[in-house]
Order: sequence, then structure tokens, then C-alpha cells
Amino acid sequence: MSKVPIHFTLNGSEMSEFVEGGATLLSALRDKIGDLSPKGGCHQGTCGACSVIIDGELRLSCLTLAETCNGVDIKTTSGLAKNGVLHPLQRAFADAFATQCGFCTPGMMMASKVLLDHNPNPTREEVVEAISGNICRCTGYEPIIQAVLIAVRANTVNVA
Amino acid sequence: MELRKSYFADERKEDLHEVGQPRPRSDALGHVTGSTTFFADRNIPGLLHLKMVRSPHHHARILSVDTSEAVKHPGVVRIVTATDVPHNIYTILTLIQIGPEDEPVLATGKVRWKGEAIVAVLAETERAAQEAAAKVHIDYEVLPAVFSIEEALKPGAPLVNEYHPGNYYHYDSGECRKVRYGDVAEGFRQADHVLEQTYSSSPIEHAATETTGCIVVPERNERFTCYTNTQAMFFTLDNTSIILQMPGHKLHFVGGTVGGGFGGKVDVIVEPIAILSAKLTGRPVSFIYSRHEEMQVSSTRAAEKVVIKDGVMKDGRIVARQVSCYTDAGAYSRHSPYGAQKGAGHFPGPYTIPNVWADCYCVYTNRTPSSAMRGFGVTIADFALEVQMDKLARLIGMDPLEFRFVNAYRDGDIKAHRQATEGAALIEVMQEASRAANWPVADKFYAMSSYKKEP
Amino acid sequence: MSLTLQTFSTVGEASAALKAAGARYLGGGTFVVRDANEGDLSFSTVVRTTDPSLSAIAVSRSEVRIGASATMAAVARHRDLGFLAKVANAIGAPAIRNMATVGGNLFAGSPYGDFTVALLALDARVSVADAGTPGVELPLGVFLAERDSFHAGKIATAVTFEMPEKDEFRFLKVSRVKPRGVAVVSIAAVLKEDRNVISSARIAFGCMADRPVRAKAVEAALAGRQRTKEGIEPALAAALEGMSPITDAIASAWYRAEVLPVHLGRLLLA
Repeated sequence: MSKVPIHFTLNGSEMSEFVEGGATLLSALRDKIGDLSPKGGCHQGTCGACSVIIDGELRLSCLTLAETCNGVDIKTTSGLAKNGVLHPLQRAFADAFATQCGFCTPGMMMASKVLLDHNPNPTREEVVEAISGNICRCTGYEPIIQAVLIAVRANTVNVA
Repeated sequence: MELRKSYFADERKEDLHEVGQPRPRSDALGHVTGSTTFFADRNIPGLLHLKMVRSPHHHARILSVDTSEAVKHPGVVRIVTATDVPHNIYTILTLIQIGPEDEPVLATGKVRWKGEAIVAVLAETERAAQEAAAKVHIDYEVLPAVFSIEEALKPGAPLVNEYHPGNYYHYDSGECRKVRYGDVAEGFRQADHVLEQTYSSSPIEHAATETTGCIVVPERNERFTCYTNTQAMFFTLDNTSIILQMPGHKLHFVGGTVGGGFGGKVDVIVEPIAILSAKLTGRPVSFIYSRHEEMQVSSTRAAEKVVIKDGVMKDGRIVARQVSCYTDAGAYSRHSPYGAQKGAGHFPGPYTIPNVWADCYCVYTNRTPSSAMRGFGVTIADFALEVQMDKLARLIGMDPLEFRFVNAYRDGDIKAHRQATEGAALIEVMQEASRAANWPVADKFYAMSSYKKEP
Repeated sequence: MSLTLQTFSTVGEASAALKAAGARYLGGGTFVVRDANEGDLSFSTVVRTTDPSLSAIAVSRSEVRIGASATMAAVARHRDLGFLAKVANAIGAPAIRNMATVGGNLFAGSPYGDFTVALLALDARVSVADAGTPGVELPLGVFLAERDSFHAGKIATAVTFEMPEKDEFRFLKVSRVKPRGVAVVSIAAVLKEDRNVISSARIAFGCMADRPVRAKAVEAALAGRQRTKEGIEPALAAALEGMSPITDAIASAWYRAEVLPVHLGRLLLA
């Protein structure tokens, strides 16, 4: 079986690995590099649990081939907290009961973070639009929307 | 959050420290940092991937199974068929003495629903397993199938499951679970109005964001560690022990955080085959449902049909209620005979009615076997009951909330299955709902109580 | 066998590689990688090109040319393609829009392909590269009829269409899930009007066949009609002519046929 080299920056650190040809970024992150925060819920691009941020844009790692990511900058949920200090989004999700089983949560974090990076003061409609690619089967979405709006108001400084 | 302490004030304990206080979830910080460990959040060297070959037909005889080409496919380590399974019967309810054991773990002779598991392929990579699975050749003789409760119960309908003649579960009480209380025929005669309506529901898939699955690791001490997202750890361990004829102490189940269950992960489906595969290969095995399998193969909430015939008086009292409830179990029992029984225990709903007749059937069709989901056996019954209550209220020109007050059960009332009502709170809940929703009812209803005698 | 990715800097090389058996072209990956994940064994090689010209979007006063590798997000934020933003933003969800390409949408089967529905109403032409032969430009309708054979070497490189006049272009995607979901039906229209009389119309439907189609009977029934409730009645009556709506997990053919004329009417009168 072929072994293809990949290299990218993950949460600020340089990563180099070998993967099977055609491996998805999701499997490279989880199986090779050991970052288990993105989850595989559908492998179809419909649930958003695998969401990551590539060069500042929200992407689905289950539909991205790892080999196409050489040289890019990747952020995942496991890199959100800095030295044990939670990102305001993480604090807000935990406090506002915006997470129950937790499986959609990493993806929701990524989608919310991208929103706030581009739009620090979103309306409720903009929050709904931003998470429209993330499926949650537990919370009914309202606590998640509220958590993002709470994080917007929190005004805590934590540069990610 | 507010607590309405005026209700049941004389029974309320005020020395509770935790109940009634907001508390953070113990797993919230793990969830928001992506560090909560779900069963698949581990990297195990030498992992084999299991891909299940499934029936493409709704109902068919299996004439032959040829794995000779598949077993030679590069990367394939083992193929598991029905003859490899020590006790190839899927037992689930036997643990609580409900038989018969009507489902194979891997199909032999016949398949009874589209998606039924037949052959397990184990390979070094997922793609190799998929490629090899495509090379398993199975010859079928397609048989006629039934897809609805009505079709299944027609005389002469194709038989779905040989354990259940007539396509319904045979309870010790006969063709259905029965509730007989009073004389409904007399009640209907006395009633001012009689209303009969039929309610139906479709199967519903839980569709948890995490799919069903497990990873099994054979340990050096002849034990197997099974990382699983089952909702029913001990049920699964005990069932696996029976299916694999393996003492329970050889099984070490590690569960905990489930990425959404809702009743969709109680069916003990992936663990026995995965553990058997680990035993036969000596390698760790991963068996995780694809999204397609989760939607089409994993069990659903049962489709149901509920026929309710009520006799009601002008003053609002329901004097007779007759219910025929049909649960579509799909091709196999799983939890459905128990679910239908739960429904029987639930009718006529939280209302005191002097004459009650309920027949609750568990019916078999060639559909995906249904199973537990959020209040199964009761939830759809409640949908039917409450819509019926609204229709009855409309029929006699009464406010639908007041109508429910008139019929609400209270402590001490004898229920249709001859148990005295205890701990009833419907009246108080409706009083609060009336206030919270700004839907006023007559004063006398605010004075009612579930447990205090009327002055 | 695992999947092999081949990357080429030019379209010509990619096209040549695509002629090999078991090869499939990779745009944004929203269909190809999905298919691979779901066990589609019909391809073992995936071919892509990094040719930057394929991502270019050129807008002049009269003509728009969008490279096949342009993403939905790129189209949606292009300052001169405001009228198309509604279409691009109706595709998928935020992450999908960062990945899905205009070219990929040309190959989508129903219920997908909403961007192609819009292009069909815009009377777009598709530029096709085929290694060893000069490139051709096909009307989109012809491309759609021939696309099933395209994996054998041909690559769609761009779409071109005349910039519609202000307010001529209309688009509606109907879905059950809010704010975004897979289409029950999608409808695109380019209407030329003079004092509320329709002089010409191009109408395209999604989900009314296995791929986007023009609604010729509706177009004929609109010519010369007033854009009023009474005026468009014959067009609504003709909405299902020649159509074979699909049944899938989203909706049944019956349901799609029921709601199509209603939504068409609303779009035409908006």
C-alpha cells in the first residue's frame, strides 16, 4: 500500500506524517496524529462533526483528502484552549448547557469560532446561518445559539 | 429556573441541597475541549475493519453463499459466517424470560428484511473490506414481502417469521395483550356521543450524530476488552456471553459516553460479532456503522396504528374507551413484544374511565426491526390519546384543557388494570400549564387536587 | 488497493490522466470523497489540477466567465455577482460552500445541482477540455445530456453566460429544513419584460428529472403574457409537461409535482 507524505501546521505546531493514498484529513488527524477532537458522524459532509478550520476557513475534514493539505494551517477544537484557559466559546458552551452528549460539540465550536473571527458581533440569524452545517440531536440548538451570543457578550480576551 | 413550591406543599421536603439547584455537567469541560473519550477515540495498532454483507432483499431464501473469491482479496484476514457463531441466536429478551428467540445473529437459510446481516468480512483497511464484501456472492430466491400492519394481518399473507404464525406475537394471553375493565359495550350504549378514530405513525430513526459501533481488543489473559457505545452495558455483556458461549468474566465492556442514544443503541448488535471476530483472528476489530447503515439498518421507533373508540357524555365524562393498538416490530421481536405490552399498561392514559377495553398487538412485517426509542410503547399511544382528547372536546363543545380536568385520574382511582392510582400529578401540572400558557380554565378546576379529598 | 491521488498543474495533463480506467476527477470533493467514503468502488484514482485559471472569475459588462474550480463561497462574495449570491448561498452549508465548486455542481444528480439550475436559466455555455483535442464550448443543455460519459477524459473548465439585466434573474430553492436543506424543488428564471408583458422567458427546474432541465412548455406559455396571476395561469398549468420528478428521502415525486406549480407561481409574481 502506498505511503504518501503530508505536512501542515496543526494548532501552531508543524506536523509531518505518512498516510495511505486517499486518506481523508479526518483519518490523518485522528489515526495518525492523534488529534481526536474532530469526530466522524457521517463521512458524507452532512453532519459537520468533523469540522476543522483550514487557512481561516471552515472545512469538512471527512471530505478533504489529507494529501491536498500540504503547507496549510489547520486549527481544531483541541487547540482552542490556551495553557488551560478556555476560549470564551468553550466557557459559554459549558455554562449554558449547550452540550449534552458532546459529539457535535467540537464541530459546533469550529463553526462558531469561524463566525466570530470574521464577524465579532453577529446577529442571531447570522449565528443560525453559521452553524447550519452542524447537526445536533440532543439540545434542540437553542442553547447552542445562546452560548454563541453569550460568548460574543463575554468580551474575554483570549487570542486563538 | 423556578420551582413551583405551592403544589404538594405539605408533601414537599425542603432539606434538598442538590435537587432544584443548577449544577454544571460533569462532562461539559471534556466536551467543549474535544477531549471526552467516545468509544472510537483511541488508536490501536493492528486494527482490523469489519464490513458486513447485508441482504439486498426484503424477504428471500438464501440458496448459497460463496466467499471463496472474497477470502482471497488482498488485505482480507478472515470471513465470518453463521456457522462460526457458537450460539447463532440473538437472545435479547430471553434475559427477562421473554421468548421465543426468533432472530439469528448472522442469517442462514432466509433473510427477512433488507439490510439483514449475513457475512462479516475482516480486512486490514476499510476499503479492502468494502472491496472484498463486494466479492461475496450470495444466491437468493426472492419471496413475497409485507410492508404494513394491514398487509401482514390479512389472511393468507406471506409469513414473515416462522416463530410467529399469523405475523403477530403470541402472548400467553393470546393474540394480543388485553385489558378488560367494566363493560365498554354498555358504556357506548349509555354515551351521548361515540367517536372512533384511527391514528398512525411511521418508523422514526434516532439518527444520533455518532453511529453505532464498537472496537474490540483481545487481551493477553484470554479476555476481550470491548469499547462500545451501547446504552445497555450489562444487557450487551450477558447477551454476548450467551451468543459466544463465553463466560461473562472473559468480557470486559468499557462504555460511558455515548454520542447520542435515544434508545437506538440498546440492541446488542455489533458487539457479539466484533468480539467473535477478535477471537477468531487474534486481532483488534473495529465494527462501526456507516451513516447509511445507521439510517437503514439500525433499529427504529416502531410504526404504530392506534384505533380509539370513545363514548363520551355531554358533561365531559368519558364513560367508555376501547383501543386497538398495533406495533410494527419489523422482521424480528427485539423489544417490541415488551413495547406493545407497555402500551397496554398505559391505556387508557392518565384518565379515570369506568369501562376500558384494550387490545395491543405486536405485528411482524418485512421491515427493519424496530426497537426502543424515547418512551417506546407509550409515546405514540400518547400522541393518539391526546389528539383523540382534543377531538372529543371539540365534539361536545368543551375547552380541551377543561375536558382533561374532568377526566383526570387522581390518587386512589382504580386504573383499568386494577391498580390504584398513586402519585398522580396531572391536575397540578395542568393548573400550572394553564397559568404559564395564559389559557384560563374555570375556577373549580384550580381548586381540584390529585390527592386531597374534595371538601 | 487504496485510492491514488494524482495532481497536475495543467488541465491538459489532468485530462490525459483521466482517460485511464478507474479514474475520476476531483473538484471540491463533496461528491467524490463522499462516494469513496461510502464504499463506491468504481474508481481507484482521483485526478485533480491546481491550474489557477480554473478558479478565476471574470465579469465584464456583458459576459460572466466562472472557472470550474471556483467555490460557491467565492461566487457568493464576488462583488459583481450579487444576483448569484442567493444561489451560491443556497448550496449546502458554510463549510460545504468553501469546498464545493461550480464545476462539481455541473455533474450533480438530483436532488442536488441547484447552481446548475441557475446556469441553465442563464443559458450558460460550458468550456470542456479534452487532452489531445481542441477545447469545445457546449450549451449547458447539451453538456447535461452528455455528461455521463465525461469521466473518460473530459474536464469542464469554465461556464460562461451573458450578464442578465437588472432584476431579470429570479431563483427559488424550496427545502424543508431551515435555513438550508436539500431541495424539494429549485427554480431559476430569466424573464425579459416590457411594461409587465413577458417578451421571453428561460425557466429551469431542479428535482423534476434526474438532472436540471429547462421547462420549455412553461417558457412557451409565458411568451407575450402579462406577469399577473391570470396571465401566468397557462404557464403554471404546463409546469409538469415533460417532467419526471424524482422520489427520494427528501420528497416523493407526487409531492414535488404538487408543489412545483405553486412555487413557480410565487417566483414569477414576486
